[in-house]
Amino acid sequence: MIEEKKVLTRHVGVAGMGKIDNYKNVGGYKALEIALTKDPDELVDEVKKSFLRGRGGAGFPTGFKWAFLPKEKNKPYYLICNADEGEPGTFKDRQIMEHDPHLLVEGMIIAGYALRADLGFIYIRGEFKWIADILEKAIADAKEANLLGKNIGGSGYDFDIIVMRGAGAYVCGEETALIESIEGKPGCPRMKPPFPANVGLYDCPTIVNNVETLAALPYIMEHGAEEYKKMGAFQAAGTKLYGISGHVKKPGVYEYPLGTNLRELIEQAAGGVKDGKKLKAVIPGGLSAPVVKGDEIDFDLDFDACLKAGTMLGSGGVIVMDEDTSIPEVAMTQINFFVHESCGQCTPCREGLGKIQQIMKNMLTGKGKVGDLETILKLTRTISGTTLCPLGDAGAKAIEAMINKFRHEFESLVN
Amino acid sequence: MATSPSTYKVDDPEYKLTPEMQTKIDELVSKFPEKNSALMPALYIIQDEFGWIPPAAISQLAEILDTTPNKIYSVVTFYTMYNEKPVGKYHIQVCRNVSCSLMGAKHIVDHLSEKLNIQPGETTEDKKYTLSLVECLGACGSAPVMMINDTYYENLTVKKVDNILESLQ
Ligand SMILES: Cc1cc2nc3c(=O)[nH]c(=O)nc-3n(C[C@H](O)[C@H](O)[C@H](O)COP(=O)(O)O)c2cc1C
Ligand code: SF4
Ligand code: FES
Repeated sequence: MIEEKKVLTRHVGVAGMGKIDNYKNVGGYKALEIALTKDPDELVDEVKKSFLRGRGGAGFPTGFKWAFLPKEKNKPYYLICNADEGEPGTFKDRQIMEHDPHLLVEGMIIAGYALRADLGFIYIRGEFKWIADILEKAIADAKEANLLGKNIGGSGYDFDIIVMRGAGAYVCGEETALIESIEGKPGCPRMKPPFPANVGLYDCPTIVNNVETLAALPYIMEHGAEEYKKMGAFQAAGTKLYGISGHVKKPGVYEYPLGTNLRELIEQAAGGVKDGKKLKAVIPGGLSAPVVKGDEIDFDLDFDACLKAGTMLGSGGVIVMDEDTSIPEVAMTQINFFVHESCGQCTPCREGLGKIQQIMKNMLTGKGKVGDLETILKLTRTISGTTLCPLGDAGAKAIEAMINKFRHEFESLVN
Repeated sequence: MATSPSTYKVDDPEYKLTPEMQTKIDELVSKFPEKNSALMPALYIIQDEFGWIPPAAISQLAEILDTTPNKIYSVVTFYTMYNEKPVGKYHIQVCRNVSCSLMGAKHIVDHLSEKLNIQPGETTEDKKYTLSLVECLGACGSAPVMMINDTYYENLTVKKVDNILESLQ
């Protein structure tokens, strides 16, 4: 039996966590108190030691990213919480923000202090308006309690958080597009380098971290890196929020250690495929992750094991498809999404994905022809590695996996 | 009321920013380290008031933020949540992405389409409903999902949709 570990969701189900007093009553803001007694560099080291890796999709080690900020500070530093939650199949960050907003706020203040940041932003997807309101309220209450604002808890540290809503552009989840968006511009990703840690928001050093990453900090501060490392997998410590959707008996968000077996997760946490159907396919890390076949799911959900299995952990959004699912139809939905969300500034992504979309549309409406699949695969190979941000690349690889794994279903459309 | 692009006027008095809106936008401007950051939240203030982003409001906003209407247009058109034309009193946005499709989003869309007698992208003649298809709403575990104005409706069934529409009457 796999064992649930409630670190990030320890207060989910406890009523009234939105109220600061209730949060304090269960030990909230104690971690911040501990953190403020330490030197910021000590905190960065502790996070490095904890082997916390970013939960936004790429799994970059958090403490190491933080250490990229220039040592010599001669400009404001910004901390951005990425709450865009746009990856289809992903609905995890909202669990924290809706049910335990102070956990995120506390995590952000800790990160802000460790980074010597002057101001924090929470960039939340525009549709989550009521959650933005919950966060605003939590921030106002924290300010009232001198946990935000000037001279936090008498430490001499000043920090504030601004909530900003996106407006329905998936690409704004990419960190440099997100920065452009906060600057009041269309969300077109920037060329890297320079990385945001050097040139970010308003051209100042900036760190972008996912909600789930930041929400892990209070636990690490309170219990220490060693305790945190006891959970999870090799070089991937801690717990992960896995969101399971599609054809399962009990869809939802479940918290398990990183490295939990995918098959066990689907069978035990989500109750397996519903209506007694057989499993056909799984997309394990949000729609950008390459699909795996139903008989290929015996691998661990951590960053490296997923790569080895030919896919990626991504956001941990597990999409489950039963035997009746038409894979070409899913692929069509998928390519429509990527084409719709492409910012359009690089040709392979804009034109290449667009061309694939057109061919697939023909195939699905009975106008496919022999050679179509080869053309699509040629296009995906051309797109891979030639785009400015990972969106185009991910779209191409995801479609490629659909065709490679379920080729016969596509072939039957062109014969 | 201006309803087709050809009749939009940039100085339409109907879309004059109210003093309350001005105050709210001024507050935004003072909140951010740089003025331009107030643009996206200011557009929401405009949309909350008018239901869409009228060109006349863009011109006024450009003056307040020391920018050009063109720059604001590029933002309004880039982001899908800003309505470039008026929408119905109830803007129904149904998720069409994978998890929702697997759970029957198409039935929900077809049902809404038939009931309201409009196709996705259209508004009913009485201007009461607009039906749109959107990408993932971040609620995939309770698919199928739709949003009406600012409210989410999850685990949809045809029956549930009927009840929801009735409650909007
Ligand atoms: C197209 C695209 C969309 C992304 N969407 C999100 C998102 O919704 N939320 C998120 O946290 N990271 C997203 N990311 C990853 C961010 O660019 C960035 O790596 C992450 O926020 C860093 O935080 P972490 O180090 O805590 O993971 C996206 C990346 C790409 C390329
Ligand atoms: S890969 Fe696509 S989304 Fe990314 S920058 Fe290029 S065009 Fe824009
Ligand atoms: S796929 Fe519909 S809410 Fe995510």
